[in-house]
Amino acid sequence: MIRSELIQKIADENPHLYQRDVERIVNTVFEEVTGAMSRGDRVELRGFGAFSVKKRDSRVGRNPRTGETVQVDEKHVPFFKTGKLLRDRLNGK
Amino acid sequence: MSDTTLTRMDLSEAVFREVGLSRNESAQLVESMLGHMSDALVRGEQVKISSFGTFSVRDKSARIGRNPKTGEEVPIQPRRVLTFRPSHLMKDRVAGGNRS
Repeated sequence: MIRSELIQKIADENPHLYQRDVERIVNTVFEEVTGAMSRGDRVELRGFGAFSVKKRDSRVGRNPRTGETVQVDEKHVPFFKTGKLLRDRLNGK
Repeated sequence: MSDTTLTRMDLSEAVFREVGLSRNESAQLVESMLGHMSDALVRGEQVKISSFGTFSVRDKSARIGRNPKTGEEVPIQPRRVLTFRPSHLMKDRVAGGNRS
């Protein structure tokens, strides 16, 4: 499923909404999640999962091709943990 | 890092502000989005949202695990797990917004 298919499903279920409003709704939701994480916030969606930000410490890495050592700075990365209900549903429970 | 947690309510509030539907309908739309995404994943489909990320389902085979407290061996059944791979755009925004 891709973004446009998700938009289409929701548009089909809501014939009273304009397609462009459905697009705005779907885009707004994803934008809120990304925006929250870029402020360092968590987004917890019970039953689905939680988006959070994890800190990766700085480390000395190595260029695998040349073997050269490189300093990798500390960084923050997005992280998703599946919710219990969805995890159970994936396993037919 | 701040300890603010957003919930469904914040997402539907954003939809409410952006589109001007009722709060109730906004909440239902957020729910239906999550429902369609979950259903697709349960069917084994990938959910690929451009400039956000990709959710995919992976099959894990059975293995022998260990209770870390007691050291006891326990069989772990084969199972399906969900992984999320953030898009480059999301990674860049999250890294850029949290620079210390």
